[in-house]
Amino acid sequence: MIYFDNVSKLYSAGAAALEDVTFTIEPKEFVSLVGQSGAGKSTLIRLLLAEEKPSKGKVFFESLDVHNLTSSEIPFVRRKIGTVFQDFRLLPTKTAFENIAFALEAAGKDDAEIAADVPHVLELVGLADKSDYFPHELSGGQQQRVAIARALVNRPEVVVADEPTGNLDPLNTWEIIRLLAKINELGTTVLLATHDKDIIDTIGKRVITFEGGRVVRDEKRGRYIL
Amino acid sequence: MFITSFKRVIRNAFISFWRNGWVSLATILVMVLAIFMVGSLILFLVLLESTLQEVEKKVDVTVYFKVDAAEVDTTHIQDLLTRMPEVKSVEYITREESLRRFKERHKDNSLISSALDELGQNPLGASLRVQATSPESYGSIANFLESGNFDSIDKVNYKQNQRVFERLANVLNMSRRIGIGISLVLGFIAFLVAFNTISLAIYTARDEIGVMRLVGASSWYVRGPFLVEGVIHGFFSSIIAMLIFWPITLWAGPKARDFFAGVDLYSYYTQNFIQFFLVLFLVGIVLGVFSSFIATRRYLKI
Repeated sequence: MIYFDNVSKLYSAGAAALEDVTFTIEPKEFVSLVGQSGAGKSTLIRLLLAEEKPSKGKVFFESLDVHNLTSSEIPFVRRKIGTVFQDFRLLPTKTAFENIAFALEAAGKDDAEIAADVPHVLELVGLADKSDYFPHELSGGQQQRVAIARALVNRPEVVVADEPTGNLDPLNTWEIIRLLAKINELGTTVLLATHDKDIIDTIGKRVITFEGGRVVRDEKRGRYIL
Repeated sequence: MFITSFKRVIRNAFISFWRNGWVSLATILVMVLAIFMVGSLILFLVLLESTLQEVEKKVDVTVYFKVDAAEVDTTHIQDLLTRMPEVKSVEYITREESLRRFKERHKDNSLISSALDELGQNPLGASLRVQATSPESYGSIANFLESGNFDSIDKVNYKQNQRVFERLANVLNMSRRIGIGISLVLGFIAFLVAFNTISLAIYTARDEIGVMRLVGASSWYVRGPFLVEGVIHGFFSSIIAMLIFWPITLWAGPKARDFFAGVDLYSYYTQNFIQFFLVLFLVGIVLGVFSSFIATRRYLKI
């Protein structure tokens, strides 16, 4: 479903953020990308979302070469990938409801569908009573749950989470991880980048470990080993 | 699908305009300055142009006929002049009319009027007042009259005015050019200031633009509300600028007319209200939309 074929990414100074990375992710997998800061996890996610182009190699989503798409085709791929970031990235002038609705509006869904789906995902992340709150009126954990709701509302095939718990306290961290596990159980592929040892050791799913831009370990039921 | 997106773009623009109230207000105020500048330049050029036209109207060449000139000759010369492309108008002043005007001008001078009464007959000849389409043409008109060797012509008052004419033509051309030059420079400065304000406002939204793109919005869906906001800004700015011009022209219009002898700007403002507003509105919209277009382009590359 996601296939990285010999991907390298060099930044201007010549330092390689990624070097010859090759791996495949199958549908309905829960895959954790592990590594210290600077190991290349975020670069990998940016490449998958076509935010940046690889210096070498190819990235496939389903059968599409992500970097061979025109800028008007890219949104169609992004609508199939739900994204969650460490810094939440909600639209500050929109309410929780509008933030989630935006993903549907942008995909051209009709108003009836939006009116039905948004409350549904808000319920799923446990924020049914916060739909009219603006991001700055919500706690960090609540903001991240809104972001997850936004990532889910288009029924994506993959949810990509880049350090989603990096800014959260332990309690909220576990709520987010539990939510991601639930999403995966419901049939969505999840790609989680993190450097939190406890999370990895508890989940007990596939772990790909990065070091200095290279894949050093890829285990079916991995643990956090560096 | 297209219509739904279009409606959403417009709704998002209004929501964003309203919720970013302070940014919207600041943008509008700066745009008011720019549009006000453009409007002032238009009024300035109108005033300048009408003053110059007024001055040009006062310039003429007068052909004085001999007292005994036959009417056939005078009408012949008048015909020839009327047919010249450089000539705008020819006014024939009869001997009687000349005398009447002369008396009118000197009615307070008893010596002159008594001298005229003493004379008993009209000492003045008929004359032609010739106005040219442009000040530069007086030279060729005078040349034509002098080289034609018309017997009936007593004198043409061009030679004595020649240097004044030439200098006037230069001054008029120069003021026009300077006026337009200053207008362009000031207009450009105003445009830059407004453009940069809008760019900064959009710069603060660059992260949002990135997020919208990553959530799967097409670049037009992201950009659309900014462009519509540009229209809204332009609309309100042009209305405010228009309102500011009302008391200003009302106050300064008559003063400027008395000083420059051109049009009254207040009557120009009221008579051309719609056109004037449309020009300002157009400037506002172009400024708002163009600036938003350029400013969003940079952040849409994601």
